[in-house]
Amino acid sequence: MAVARTMSAAKKVILPSLVKKYLMAGSGIILVLFVLGHMLGNLQFFGPPEMINAYAYHLHHLPGHPVTLWIIRAFLLACVVVHIAMAVLLVKENREARPQNYAKQGFRESDYAARTMPMSGLIIFAFIIFHILQYTVRVVPEHYNATIGQAPVEVSHLQLEYFDVFAMMVKGFSSPVISIFYLIAMALLCMHLTHGVASMFQSLGVRNEVWRYRLKCLATAYGCFIFIGFASIPASVLFFGHGKAYLAEKEAEWAKTPAAEVSVIDAQAAHTQFVTLNEGR
Amino acid sequence: MDLHLRVWRQKNSETSGKFVNYELKGVSEDSSFLEMLDILNEQLVEKGEEPVAFDHDCREGICGMCSLVINGMAHGPERATTVCQLHMRHYSDGDTITIEPWRAKAFPVVKDLIVDRGAFDRIIQAGGFITARTGSPQDANELLIPKPIADKAMDAAACIGCGACVAACPNGAAMLFTSAKCSQLNLLPQGQPEKDRRSLAMVAAMDSEGFGNCTNYGECQAVCPKEITLDFIAKMNRDYAGARIRHFFGKAI
Repeated sequence: MAVARTMSAAKKVILPSLVKKYLMAGSGIILVLFVLGHMLGNLQFFGPPEMINAYAYHLHHLPGHPVTLWIIRAFLLACVVVHIAMAVLLVKENREARPQNYAKQGFRESDYAARTMPMSGLIIFAFIIFHILQYTVRVVPEHYNATIGQAPVEVSHLQLEYFDVFAMMVKGFSSPVISIFYLIAMALLCMHLTHGVASMFQSLGVRNEVWRYRLKCLATAYGCFIFIGFASIPASVLFFGHGKAYLAEKEAEWAKTPAAEVSVIDAQAAHTQFVTLNEGR
Repeated sequence: MDLHLRVWRQKNSETSGKFVNYELKGVSEDSSFLEMLDILNEQLVEKGEEPVAFDHDCREGICGMCSLVINGMAHGPERATTVCQLHMRHYSDGDTITIEPWRAKAFPVVKDLIVDRGAFDRIIQAGGFITARTGSPQDANELLIPKPIADKAMDAAACIGCGACVAACPNGAAMLFTSAKCSQLNLLPQGQPEKDRRSLAMVAAMDSEGFGNCTNYGECQAVCPKEITLDFIAKMNRDYAGARIRHFFGKAI
């Protein structure tokens, strides 16, 4: 060897690089599938209001409720935590591995989405926090629990009164600032997915040169599909006033009769069914 | 042709370097990039200045010594080409050419454009070998290897260890090199007995040398002078996962 061996101090390895990639890809797959399910569920917004309200009721009354829902939430949260922890490690170590940059780095293969994964991820994370505070905890930008009343839902041939999710969505997306924030966040999610979905196959070693381009196309199509599905909801409210007539009608109704804390309409079910206003969080 | 050169000058690994501008006149378009640097160095020596230090050896594109980043591209603008095989006809009169060394923490600059690629040697030492069988050579066809497998292993073995993959990777990752050196043996029957041990040891060596983590940019494949593909990284990801699982259950050697 022409160059004298300079014994660099061995780097302390927290997790083997490939294990970090497996964890990133594994948590990514679960989140990718969750996003698809969430989007398809939300598209019921374009059906009659009872449809998405019943869907919300069923989600909150899964078999084994309320434990089931909390297990699912904890699992998804764990995936998010793992995904972010790996991202933080990767960014930190990768910056250390390239202490000095080129005068101007040329790129041939990597696209904008790949190079901005940490930034798009960070903004999507901020969006998730806002989204949960807005529609799950229902405290931002207003207390929907106080301002949104109930609507009838039909569950196993029983007529129940349940929190009006449809009205809440219309109300939330009526704000141009919020709707545009949602649209931007979904565009970033689309970008994040175009790299992430193709990348997870590579990280898990399940791809070859033939499938590389197909997976890239698949990831792009998937990202766009998710974007169109999610973005259609705030866009329909903001630009086409979808559901606004329903919301106005309901708001007038709730103004007349203040929502009761517990209301059960169906006489047959009165002995078993109590659906409270705040339950469906 | 007349060229404006911006060349990275650095006395040694302890001092910090800087760009120095040189005007080089009357370069023939038939000369190679390294010959152009030779001309520059002759002029510098005549003027009594220190010549620019750069790595080179065979100048045939097979030794893996030349290592220049030209205008932000490892090995310059041509694909599947080492710097020594790059010719000045790809440039035109009046061009400004920025020349830098490989930049990665694991490749410290020795002088000017020369970096220490000893980290690669240590990855090879960790597992890039087959524990040799001593004795007389066996018959050529005693071990049958399917042609596609042999071809694939040969593709991996084409790696000349130049380090362009690390240089081009914004993360300074050595995945393409390590995966090629791992796969050329893991694909073949002779490599099977030590496959798991090799995969684990080479990845561990790669990590401890301070290379970055792969984020699937694909820049390494795009600059590789031997056109080694990301397939081998995917294969190493598979091999390593299998080795981890078998090791966990105590079957790894």
